[in-house]
Amino acid sequence: MNRLETRRLVIDVPGRRDGRALTLSVEPGQVWGVLGPNGAGKTTLLHTLAGLRGARAGQVLIDGRPLAALGRRQVARTLGLVFQDRHDGFPATVRETALIGRHPWLSAWQMESGEDLRLAEAALQRLDVAHLAERLVSTLSGGERQRLAIATVLTQAPQIWLADEPTNHLDLHHQSAVMALLAEQADEGRAVMMCLHDLNLAARWCDHLLLLYPDGEACWGPARDMLVPAALERLYGQRLATAEIDGAPVFVPVR
Amino acid sequence: MVMPRRSLWSPLAVLVLLGLAALLLSVTLGSAALSLADVWAVARGQGSPLARTLILELRIPRSLSAFAVGGLLAVAGALMQVLLRNPLADPYVLGLSGGASVGALAAMLAGLGGAVITGSAFAGAFLSTLLVFGLAHGTGSWTPSRLLLTGVVVAAGWGAVITLMLAISPAERLPGMLYWLMGDLSYSRSPWPPLTLLLVICLLLMPLGRSLNVMARGPLQAAALGVNVRPLEWTIYLVASVLTATAVTTAGSIGFVGLVVPHMLRLVLGNDQRLILPACALAGGTLLVLADTLARTMIAPEQLPVGVITALLGVPTFLYLLYRSR
Repeated sequence: MNRLETRRLVIDVPGRRDGRALTLSVEPGQVWGVLGPNGAGKTTLLHTLAGLRGARAGQVLIDGRPLAALGRRQVARTLGLVFQDRHDGFPATVRETALIGRHPWLSAWQMESGEDLRLAEAALQRLDVAHLAERLVSTLSGGERQRLAIATVLTQAPQIWLADEPTNHLDLHHQSAVMALLAEQADEGRAVMMCLHDLNLAARWCDHLLLLYPDGEACWGPARDMLVPAALERLYGQRLATAEIDGAPVFVPVR
Repeated sequence: MVMPRRSLWSPLAVLVLLGLAALLLSVTLGSAALSLADVWAVARGQGSPLARTLILELRIPRSLSAFAVGGLLAVAGALMQVLLRNPLADPYVLGLSGGASVGALAAMLAGLGGAVITGSAFAGAFLSTLLVFGLAHGTGSWTPSRLLLTGVVVAAGWGAVITLMLAISPAERLPGMLYWLMGDLSYSRSPWPPLTLLLVICLLLMPLGRSLNVMARGPLQAAALGVNVRPLEWTIYLVASVLTATAVTTAGSIGFVGLVVPHMLRLVLGNDQRLILPACALAGGTLLVLADTLARTMIAPEQLPVGVITALLGVPTFLYLLYRSR
């Protein structure tokens, strides 16, 4: 059970003046969605929360301890990040790729054990890519790669999940399956925060939302308070029509 | 990358056997051919004085030097490729050997010999390392493509300096300089320093293997999985520089071993650095022992520079691999 907190955090988006400082707490069991137009700093925020880039001001804390004071390995055991883009330099198979999620858990001299392999297999199974285990990553489709990236973090087994557009490239069924997986992680007591472009997925699966405006303004809170059409229209600069379907609000851009 | 322990050892065992066979071959072949019986007699402390001198003082040290140099170059190449996430990287492409060559040639031009040439080549390699890494670091954004480009440009610069030095050097010094530039093992003295370095570095790299595997996925992914990226990058670069500098000072400038050996091994063994790095040490060593044997015997009693052999073998092999790669 780990809590991810920010204290007066100002993310460093090049060429933008300091926006609103973020002081928020992602508790175990919560699913946070980060919404905002292109270039609002969603990815920068996630990378800052994961300690991959410095903040302009303020702190990120895990269970009250500043991220900077924890070793990289310690952070990697607690917090996992699904990246938006991936680069494959050298050829690697799907199984090998999932297995690198065990890296923070193994000492320098240790080889991956049968147990590590079992965790990787289970993650591949869960994301519906187990049948591709022997394939080279470079031969996969975009959606299959996306699921593999999520399976790698599942193999890493962090208590805090950060996911940068986890439904990118996924078909409808797998979008739903991935959101269900992330919600399940939260149900099991993990903290989840993800960037999303799909308002309707956010409305459906997130219990908290953080809206990032392109000028650095931000607001956050429980999802039902944030899903105000006027606020969302200002966020995207797009008029929206709203309806309620299947117990959740649905937003459709107006032509 | 997932390999049970067994399958990690068996390729290495095969490579050890190949290496020993190559060393044995190189000891028997030469301008004066020796039979295995001669070698066996010398190994037991018998044999004719001529055979003893030939084997113990000439061929064994030279073959071991070749093995060490080949291993050093291949490991250095493999490390550079992981660092730059580019299978075409190699210490020669990055200007390290150019710097070493300029250092060595400057010493030769000044009429200095022996240890000064060695020291000067070493200094040249390090100057080049600092230059490339410092410039590529630049104003902060440090990317593999930028490092690669900086290396290529610096290497071109060294190439021009080398040509200039050759143009102004007196005629009687030219043959030695040219041989050195093409790589030549006949100047190498004791094989033990490079051999020891190779062994020590391989052992030191073993615990870093899995971190290097993660590094090959890119620095952000590596950092997210708990790797301290910047210190690891510096370690790789410095280690690769020391390896290259040692190889170049032992045998002059020998190309393509660092490029071709890791590449071919990856095609066969996959890309687990815990296997690839020791395999590079063994296969690179074996390759250079064979190349040097060829260089000594092809037009015996004359000798060819071994760098010519590796380039003649390496260029078509590499072009073929490149053509076949997806």
